[in-house]
Amino acid sequence: MELVTPNVGLLFWMLVSFTLLLIVLKKYAWKPILNSLKEREDSISEALSTAEKARAEMEKLKANNEAIIREARLEKEKILKEAREIKTQILEKAKEEASQEASKIIEVARLNIRQEKAMAVDEIKKQVAELSVDVAEKILREKLASGAEQRKIIEKYLDDIQLN
Amino acid sequence: MVVKQRKRFGFVFIFLALLAIVMSSAMVPENAKSKKEEKSSVTQKHTAKPFDAREVIMDHVLDSYEWHLFTYKNFHCSIPLPVILYSKDKGFHIFFSTKFHHGQSSYKGFRISQGDKYHGKIIEELPDGTIIRPLDLSLTKVAVAFIFCAIFMLWLFISIANSYRSRKNQAPHGLQNLLEPLIIFIRDEVAKSSIGEKYERYVPYLLTLFFFIFFNNLLGLIPIPPGGANVMGNIAIPTVMAFFTFTLVIFSSTKYFWIDIFNTPGVPWWLKFPIPLLPTIEFLSLFIKHIVLVIRLFANIIAGHTVSLGFFVLIFIFGEMSLLGGYGISLVSVPFTVFLALLEILVAFIQAYVFTLLSALYIGLAMEEPH
Repeated sequence: MELVTPNVGLLFWMLVSFTLLLIVLKKYAWKPILNSLKEREDSISEALSTAEKARAEMEKLKANNEAIIREARLEKEKILKEAREIKTQILEKAKEEASQEASKIIEVARLNIRQEKAMAVDEIKKQVAELSVDVAEKILREKLASGAEQRKIIEKYLDDIQLN
Repeated sequence: MVVKQRKRFGFVFIFLALLAIVMSSAMVPENAKSKKEEKSSVTQKHTAKPFDAREVIMDHVLDSYEWHLFTYKNFHCSIPLPVILYSKDKGFHIFFSTKFHHGQSSYKGFRISQGDKYHGKIIEELPDGTIIRPLDLSLTKVAVAFIFCAIFMLWLFISIANSYRSRKNQAPHGLQNLLEPLIIFIRDEVAKSSIGEKYERYVPYLLTLFFFIFFNNLLGLIPIPPGGANVMGNIAIPTVMAFFTFTLVIFSSTKYFWIDIFNTPGVPWWLKFPIPLLPTIEFLSLFIKHIVLVIRLFANIIAGHTVSLGFFVLIFIFGEMSLLGGYGISLVSVPFTVFLALLEILVAFIQAYVFTLLSALYIGLAMEEPH
């Protein structure tokens, strides 16, 4: 029975010391401990959320960068394509112009050649005429050296004129 | 970091286990040896007093006015403790327990009862020969033990609080590191999960409760004073703590808590009227659950002390029959006591946790909101 009968003295001292312990610990130990635990937890969670935010930001930046790179690549391709087109255009135009120029030159050359040819033919005609006059002179001189002969020829020509 | 912490816990456990072993080997042999020595030296005068296992165990488990260390050849070595008495006739008396000469003499009409009534307690003999019990506020062994524990806790937690202040937002260090998991465990797993939203007001009480029980239990496993007293195994101590919990429950109770007790919803009306069967049961359970709280802790701790002492006492029971028998049984008893001491460390924690958890649950139930 003694075991399960609480002793008044012990009850009293326990009540007093436990109350004091509770009050003093609450004020000087638990409050600062719990407060700093909470503060630390808050700061850790804050740091974690900041890190998370930074990570998200990074991801966004990375995505942005990728978009920019993709755009740049597209732009590059576009530019290259355009350049190629322009090149072919220029080449074609140049070819065309060149062929036009060539045909013009050929035309001019042909004209020149015709003119030259005409002039040359005229020259040749002139010289042939002169030569034939010279030849005719010489032949006449030789033929007309004898009187008989001269007569004969004059008669012949007179005949020809009469015939005409 | 975790590994390091675990290692430290491991060291603490080994240390406590060693202490527990020393306890078991130191405490009982002291008492038992004294009996033996007494026997050998007293045999000439008296008939040999046989070894009384019950007395040895009860001697340790119960409270006393002096802190008995050892007895060597009729020389009792003990720490005297202050006796504080108030009697209607003689007023206040404060003196050391040495005045009683280990219960053998009386002082100013006070003596320690050897009879069946008030056995081991201070009694006052009135002039007409009747024996009464004065108001006894003596600082007994148990009182000194828990006051020491309280002072130890003040030192420990205030120094930890200071290191929290000086190391703001840094990783815990040293003792802080050792106790922080427990503090967080009580705050999150006990207070937060059983009380709910308004848990913060109750955390200081629950922490004090938990560490007070835990440290007293651990100190109880250490044989050297100020350890080794059976604090939580003395029914007065858990009674006061349960009273605190009960007070908190009453003060934090809501209207709905009392409605649930006196007019339990969802129950057939004939259980409440005309014979208020259920309200009576519910109302009584309010008290019974706190009484059970007391008995659970008290019985667990006293059982642990008793069983581990029981194994040790075996050595002396057998030793009385034959010397060889005593040594022989010690080969069994010592490992068993070591095992029990380790078990007691576990029990020390579990009981502190259970008492705290149930206190938190009862408070949480009292703060019931309308469903």
